[in-house]
Formats: sequence, C-alpha cells, structure tokens
Amino acid sequence: MLTIKNLHAEVEGKKILKGINLEINKGETHAIMGPNGSGKSSLASVLAGRDNYTVTEGEVWFNGKNLLELSPEDRAREGVFLAFQYPVEIPGVSNLNFLKTALNEIRTYKGLPPLEAKEFLKLTKEKQQLVDFHSNLMNRSLNEGFSGGEKKRNEIFQLAMLDPQLAILDETDSGLDIDALRIVSNGVNKLRDAEKSFVVITHYQRLLEYIIPDFVHVLYNGRIIKTGTKELALELEERGYDWLKEELHLKESV
Amino acid sequence: MINSNEIIDDIANKEYEFGFSTDIEMEIAPPGLNEDIIRFISAKKNEPEWLLEWRLKGFAAFKKMEFPKWQHFKMPELNLQAVSYYAAPRKKKQLNSLDEVDPELLATFEKLGIPLNEQKALAGVAVDAVFDSVSVATTFKTKLKEMGVIFCSFGEAVQEYPDLVKKYLGSVVPHTDNIFAALNSAVFSDGSFVYIPKGVRCPMELSTYFRINAQNTGQFERTLIIADDNSYVSYLEGCTAPMRDENQLHAAVVELVALEQAEIKYSTVQNWYPGDKDGKGGIYNFVTKRGICKGAGSKISWTQVETGSAITWKYPSVILQGDYSEGEFYSVAVVRNRQIADTGTKIHHIGKGTKSRIISKGISAGHGDNSYRGLVAVGPRAENARNFTQCDSLLIGNQCGSHTFPYIESRNKTAMIEHEATTSKIGEDQIFYLNQRGIDTEKAVALIVNGYVKEVLNQLPMEFAVEAQKLLSITLEGSVG
Repeated sequence: MLTIKNLHAEVEGKKILKGINLEINKGETHAIMGPNGSGKSSLASVLAGRDNYTVTEGEVWFNGKNLLELSPEDRAREGVFLAFQYPVEIPGVSNLNFLKTALNEIRTYKGLPPLEAKEFLKLTKEKQQLVDFHSNLMNRSLNEGFSGGEKKRNEIFQLAMLDPQLAILDETDSGLDIDALRIVSNGVNKLRDAEKSFVVITHYQRLLEYIIPDFVHVLYNGRIIKTGTKELALELEERGYDWLKEELHLKESV
Repeated sequence: MINSNEIIDDIANKEYEFGFSTDIEMEIAPPGLNEDIIRFISAKKNEPEWLLEWRLKGFAAFKKMEFPKWQHFKMPELNLQAVSYYAAPRKKKQLNSLDEVDPELLATFEKLGIPLNEQKALAGVAVDAVFDSVSVATTFKTKLKEMGVIFCSFGEAVQEYPDLVKKYLGSVVPHTDNIFAALNSAVFSDGSFVYIPKGVRCPMELSTYFRINAQNTGQFERTLIIADDNSYVSYLEGCTAPMRDENQLHAAVVELVALEQAEIKYSTVQNWYPGDKDGKGGIYNFVTKRGICKGAGSKISWTQVETGSAITWKYPSVILQGDYSEGEFYSVAVVRNRQIADTGTKIHHIGKGTKSRIISKGISAGHGDNSYRGLVAVGPRAENARNFTQCDSLLIGNQCGSHTFPYIESRNKTAMIEHEATTSKIGEDQIFYLNQRGIDTEKAVALIVNGYVKEVLNQLPMEFAVEAQKLLSITLEGSVG
C-alpha cells in the first residue's frame, strides 16, 4: 500500500531524513520508535505534505500513486490520515461543521454524494463511542479549550469518521494519562482491520502494550537502523537506544 | 503544491464582479462646486425655498472647514472642483409606475441581482434603487402605504411630506458636523426616506441599493429613517460601482430617529469597487451615519459588512438619549490588496440605564490596513450605563496591518464599561490541519473566516446573511498560502 524508497528530506536547509526505506502492506501496523530528534515526526510531516519540508531525493508510492506529487488535501482524500502530535485550535469553527466539511470533501473526491444530515449525525454518534468522545465537545470550536486528552481523543474520533486507509499516529500517547491512553488505544484497536494500515510513532513502549504492532522500526539520525517485531520495543524499553547507536557507529567505522 | 505567492497573485487578478458600466443617456451637470450648482440641483428637484437655504448654509459651513488629520491613513488628494455633482439618467417623461422605468436601468439592477419587478423581487423585501444621483424606482410602495409606512426616495419625501423632512433633516447629523456632512448637506441629490407610524411593525425588510455608474461624479445621498413610538423597522443598504481608474467619492449621510420604544435595525453590505491590486481607482467611502434613540426604551442597531471601497471611513454611531435605550454596533470590515478601512462607532450614553454593545471584527489581507476606532462616552446623567465592547482582528499574511483605537470617557461612577480585544492570525498550522483533513486552502480560509464573523452575520436579515457570507468568501478567495 505504501512504499517509501530512499526518502531524503530537509527543512530550512537542514537534512532531516537521509534515506528512508519502508514498505507497508494492507492491514499492517508499524511502530516507529527512536530518540528525540531522530526524524520520526518529520517523516509523518513529509508523508502528509507539510510545505516547509523539501524532499530532495527518493519516492513515495501510495496505492500506485506518486504521493509526493499530490497536494496535502489530495493525500488526505486518497486516504492518508495524520493524527497530529499537537492538534491546532481553530476558534469559531465548530467541531461538527469542520467534520462535515472534511467528510464531504473526501466523499466528493471519491465521487460520492454528500452525506445527508441525518446519516452524518448517526455516524457521529456511533464513532463518538469508540473513544468516549463527549457529545458536548461536538458543538464547541475545534479543539478550542480542549484538554490535552480531549484533543488526542478528537484526533482518533476524526480518524474513525474519515475512515482512511493509512493512519499515521504521531506521538498520540504523549500527554495522556494511563486511562486516556487506554481509551485512545482501544479506539484505535477497534478500527484495525485487514484493509487499514497504521504507522504508530512513539517514544515509549507503553503504547505498544495496547496497540500491538506487526513491525517495529528504529529511526535514528534520519534513517531506519533496525527493524524487528514487538520484542524489539521491549528490548528498547530495557536497554535504551545507546546500544543501537554504538552498533551503528561500529558498523560505520568498519 | 500551490505556494502562498501564487495564491496571492490569484486574488490580485480576481476581478470585481460588479465592475460593468451601463450605457445610458445621462444628464450630467458640469464639474465644479459652487452656489450655482447647488441652486441647479435644488431647482432640478423642484425644492422649496427652505431646503435651498439649508443647502446654502451647509455650503457656507463646508467652506470654513478643513479635512481632518486624525485618521490612520494618508488623506488622498480630493479635487472637489473636478467632480460633477449631479448625474441622472435622462427621463423620457414623468414616471408613474415601474413599467415606465427605462428598461436599460431595470436590466442593470437585474444584473446586480436586484430585480425591481415586484413579481420577481425577493419576497418580503422592498427596494429603493438609486442610480447615480437619483432614485429610479421603489418597489412595494403601495403595499407599504396601506399600513401607513412611508418608503420613498428623498426627493419625493420633500414634495409629499415636507413637514416630516423639515422636522428631522439635520437633527441627528447637523450640516456643521464634519466637512463631508457639510458637503453632503450642500449637494445631496437623492436617497431614501422612511417613516414608520406609531405602533407599526414594518412587515417587510426595507432596502436601498446604491449604484454609482457615471464617471467623474460623486454620490451624495441622504437617508432619513424615523421610527415613531412603538414601531419597528429593519433596513438594509447595498452598493456597487463600475471599475474605473480614477477614484470616486461617496459621501453619504444617514440619520436615524427612534422615538419611544421604537426599534431600528440598519444593515449595510458595502461592496463598492475597491480599486485594483496596486490601489488604482476605487471608491472613497466617507460616510456619516448616526442614530438617536430619542425616546425611552428605544433601540438602534447598526450591522455592517464592509468589503469594498478603496478607503472606508465611517463610524455609525448612536446617541442614547432616552432612558433605558439601547445601541448596538456589529461590524465586519475586510481589507485586502491596498484597501484601507478606518471604521468603528461612537456611542453616547446620555439617558440613565442605557446599554450598548459593540462587536467589531476586522480582517486584513494582502497590503490592506484596517483600523478600529471607537468612542464610548458616558455622560453624568447616565446612571448605571453599561457597555460591552469586543474588538477582534484577524490577519492573513505578513504584509497587512491592523490597529485599534478605543476611546472611553466616563463621567458617571455607576457606569460599567468592558473592553475586550484579540488579534489572531490565520496560521499555516491551521490551514495545514484542515488540508490534512481533505479541505483545500480556499475552503479552509472560508471556514475559518465564517467562524470568525458568525456573530456579526447572525445579525443580518437571513436573505442577506447568505449573500454576505458568499461575498466574504469571494473577497478573500486565495488570500492565504
């Protein structure tokens, strides 16, 4: 579904991604871990099309389409969803109105008619339950005055509503207490199926106890330096990243 | 991917939708400002002697006045001698009904979305259509008359209801008020007149549509609305002008009088030609609007959506004279390209228990410069006066300006005055967030802007709120990268 080949990207002239290779198939969940500043969130931003990143080399294919040639909104319409690490607040725009607009834009792109108000509300009610998203947040301005946990739940709620093929969760666990973490993870798990793929970006193994990945990749200095399964995450939890860095330096100095 | 520069180029090239001009035989007075032209206008309109005297007093006041210097923009050079003060479509004969209006004029208004044919007109809205210096048609006049509501052109009111006109003309905005009001008093050509009798709730929205067509002319109309005891009226004005390279002056005066327990709601959707992307051409919209809540418990509410004009300079104000009277000002002012707006309101609390509410939303894009200027004055008699002011600015891009000049003068210890202000910028993060949810940049801006101005648009009559919303999205199309 998603193929990343030798992806290089920079921001303000600084090289951030230095040759990422990654293949994600339908229904798979990949975790991306790594120390601060290794390029995890940058990878998410480049895939979503944030315009302060410049791709200098490499390719990204999504369901046979050259993702890098698409505008951010078309990437979203094709089915790439980014759950933001820091969801923005948009005063004056109600959550409900925003979601309706987004959903109908995506439907229009796919050649579907806009959802009738009744059906839309039905869908909203159903998906709210997934992440225990309180209905009084629906009429509030988008994320305005939401707590950290409410913002993150809203991201997963939107994910449920927009039903993308590929969801990238950028440190969705950061700032969540253990109860909220459980709610959010349960929500994500309920959304997992054979058609949908997930990229879970996280610092901590904790999240991966709830969302069990098929693969774990370690990103360091703009490259994936190790790939394993969920056991790798446990090992990282225990030993930190330094042993991997040393391994890498040894390899490079040889 | 589209970058900000391309999008900014886009708006620059966006054409003004109402920029066409009408080719019609006109009677245009030679340019020049002098007593002769004032006498000419007065004679043209067959005015009584007292009105000519009043005009001449206005002219005398004008000659003694100078242009203000306090505004937050460079005063453009106005050559008032080069302007023609009277331009009217040449009448073939005396008009008795709408059927006799020049088809070319009807077509012009139709093209502007203002059908003057009563069958085609928006149900529930009566329109007075002003073309350059004269009112060409007023719809539903007869129907309104049945309820005692007078809605006609100013010229007609002078002939038919001279006592009302004489009593209230200049009673809210005297001819000495400011230089543009003085000029207007001297040379005003037409406008609308409304009188709502005691106890009548006007059953329709009343509306005046102003169209400047002729070249090198100014438009100086005068509107006078009187709501007698316990009456209600909602009134709306709209305006457009052709695209022309030279600037044109629009110096109108609007006076509102609300008697006991009466309510006047006055809405404006202003879309004069704003000039091109380099600031060439466009209307100078220098208007004096003021209402007086004369009677106890009366209410005046101004709502304005200002998207056009090269320079918008006006402060629709309310004098709260009657005890427990109420004044409101809701405003959205949008500037882009090289547009300038210096607008706001003045509320004078005179009577006791008077209340006022000011909600101002400025939007600045491109190289636009937007200022809110407002005065809340509480007099010594105004026990327990209350004011709430909220003044928000939204910036789009890095080249625009936004300024706030609030003045508060309180001479009563029991008064409560609140002022809140915010400045925000449509951030790239917000746009990207919406993009990432499948919403393109144009729609994202519209979504954010509509959310921002909702509180003001909610005040407009429904039919016009939709129009205003559309106008805002057209105006701001492509202003964000």
